[in-house]
Amino acid sequence: MTHAIEIRGVEKRFGDLQALKSVDLTVEKGEFFALLGPNGAGKTTLINILAGLSRPDAGVLKVMGYDVVRDYRAARRNLGVVPQELVFDPFLTVRESLELQSGYFGIANNGDWIEDLLSNLQLMDKADKNMRALSGGMKRRVLIAQALVHRPPVIVLDEPTAGVDVELRKVLWKFIQRLNHEGHTILLTTHYLEEAQTLCRRVGILKQGQIVALDTTENLLAGRSSQSLEDVFVAIMQDSGAGK
Amino acid sequence: MRGFRTLLFKEILRFWKVSFQTVLAPLVSTLLYLLVFSHVMSDHPDVYPGVTYAAFLIPGLTMMAMVQNAFANSSSSLVQSKVMGNMVFVLLTPLSHAEIFGAYVLAAMVRGLLVGAVVFVTGWVFFDVPIRQPLWTITFAVLSTALSGSLGILAGIWAEKFDQMAAWQNFVILPLTFLSGAFYSIHTLPPFWAALSRFNPFFYMIDGFRYGLLGSADISPWESLLIVGGACLALSWTTLAVLRSGWRLRN
Repeated sequence: MTHAIEIRGVEKRFGDLQALKSVDLTVEKGEFFALLGPNGAGKTTLINILAGLSRPDAGVLKVMGYDVVRDYRAARRNLGVVPQELVFDPFLTVRESLELQSGYFGIANNGDWIEDLLSNLQLMDKADKNMRALSGGMKRRVLIAQALVHRPPVIVLDEPTAGVDVELRKVLWKFIQRLNHEGHTILLTTHYLEEAQTLCRRVGILKQGQIVALDTTENLLAGRSSQSLEDVFVAIMQDSGAGK
Repeated sequence: MRGFRTLLFKEILRFWKVSFQTVLAPLVSTLLYLLVFSHVMSDHPDVYPGVTYAAFLIPGLTMMAMVQNAFANSSSSLVQSKVMGNMVFVLLTPLSHAEIFGAYVLAAMVRGLLVGAVVFVTGWVFFDVPIRQPLWTITFAVLSTALSGSLGILAGIWAEKFDQMAAWQNFVILPLTFLSGAFYSIHTLPPFWAALSRFNPFFYMIDGFRYGLLGSADISPWESLLIVGGACLALSWTTLAVLRSGWRLRN
C-alpha cells in the first residue's frame, strides 16, 4: 500500500551535530498528523529533506510513493510546503506570486483555484497589492496559498500559526480542515499543542533527532491518564531526557 | 516546459520592473564613458586604418555593458532570493536543475542583449559605426552574454551575502572587463601586458564582437570564437554540475 509520506532510516548530520538519527515514520493518506518536538529537535530538518530543500545522509523518503531524490518531480508535484520563515518575493504582487507558482508546477489556466484560495484565505482585497505592502499575517496567508496552488494531495505546514493572530488561526484551520475532509493529507508542526490535540488524529514526537513517541492522540492521552497533550508532551520530554 | 517558461518570464519581469536601474542606468554610464573618452581621444590616430577612436570604442563599451549586465542579472537575482529566503519558491517545485539553469541564463542574456542593443543604437546615432559582419556580431553577443549569465549563476550560488556579491563585481568582473581591450588595442600595450591580456577571456569577447562590427580586430575571430565558445561550454557544464549537486542551495 502506498503511504502519503514514508520515511525510512533517515539520517542527517551537520558537522558534529547529528540532526536526525535513523528516523522512521509513515503518514497515511487522508491523515491529519502532528509532528511535535522542542526547538532544535529536527522537525524542520526532516521537512526540508522531505521537500527536497536538503539532502539526507542516509535513508529513503517518499511522498505518495515517489522517492524525493530519484522521482523528485513527481514527489514535489504531490507535496505542498508552507515554510516556517516568513519569506516573499518583493518584486511581485499577491496574484503574480500565485500565478507564477502555478506556472512553476506546469499548471495553466489556474485562475479559478487561485480565486478560491484568495477567497478562502480572505486575501481578495490584497490580490493586486505588492507583497512588501502586506502585514506579517497577510504574508503568512499568501505563503499558505502558494503551497496549495498546485492542489497537492500532501500538505506540510511548518509552524503555520507562529506569531499570528486569532483571526488568521480560525481562517486557516477552517480551510485546512476542509482540505483534509476532501482527502488531503496534512502534516503539521506546531508549538501550540492544544491545536495539535484538537486537529490531529495521530502524533509523532521528535527529540534530539529521534522519534520518542508515535501513536494516536487518544492513546497518548490515555497512556498518561491526561486530558492535555501538553502535559503528555512535557512528561515524554522528561522521560526521554532521563534516558527511558 | 511551462515551468521553465514561467521561471524565464519571472526572471525577465524581475529586471523589467526595475528597468530604470537595470537598463537605463547602464545606458547612461556607458554613454558617459563614450562622451568623455571620444572627446579626450579625438586627436588619437586611427586604431585600425579608417576606424576613428569613437567607432573603435563603441563595440568595446557595448560588449562591456552586455557582459556586466548579464552577470549582474543572474547573480543578483540568486543572491537576493537566497538572502530574502524566497529561493524556496523555486526549489520546492518540480523544476530540474537544467530548467533552472536555462531560465536564469536566458533571462541574463535578454537583459545583456537589451542593454547592448540600446547602447549600440545610441552610439550608432551619434557616431559612424559600421556593421560589417552581422553574423559574427550576433554570435559573440549571444555567446558572451550566455557565458556571463552562467558565471553570474555560479557567483550567486557561492555568495551568501551582498558584500560577497559586490566583491565579485568589483574585484573580478570590473577589472577583467576594463582590462580587456575595451578602450585600447592590445597591440598598443607593452609586450608583457599584451601577453597577459591573452589570459583574459573578456578580451576575446570584445575582440570578436569588434571584428563583427568593424571588420578589423587584434586577433582572428576564429581564435576568439574557439576560446569564447569553449569557455561558455565549460562554464555551462560546471554550473549545471553545481546546480545538480545542490551545493549552497539545497542544504
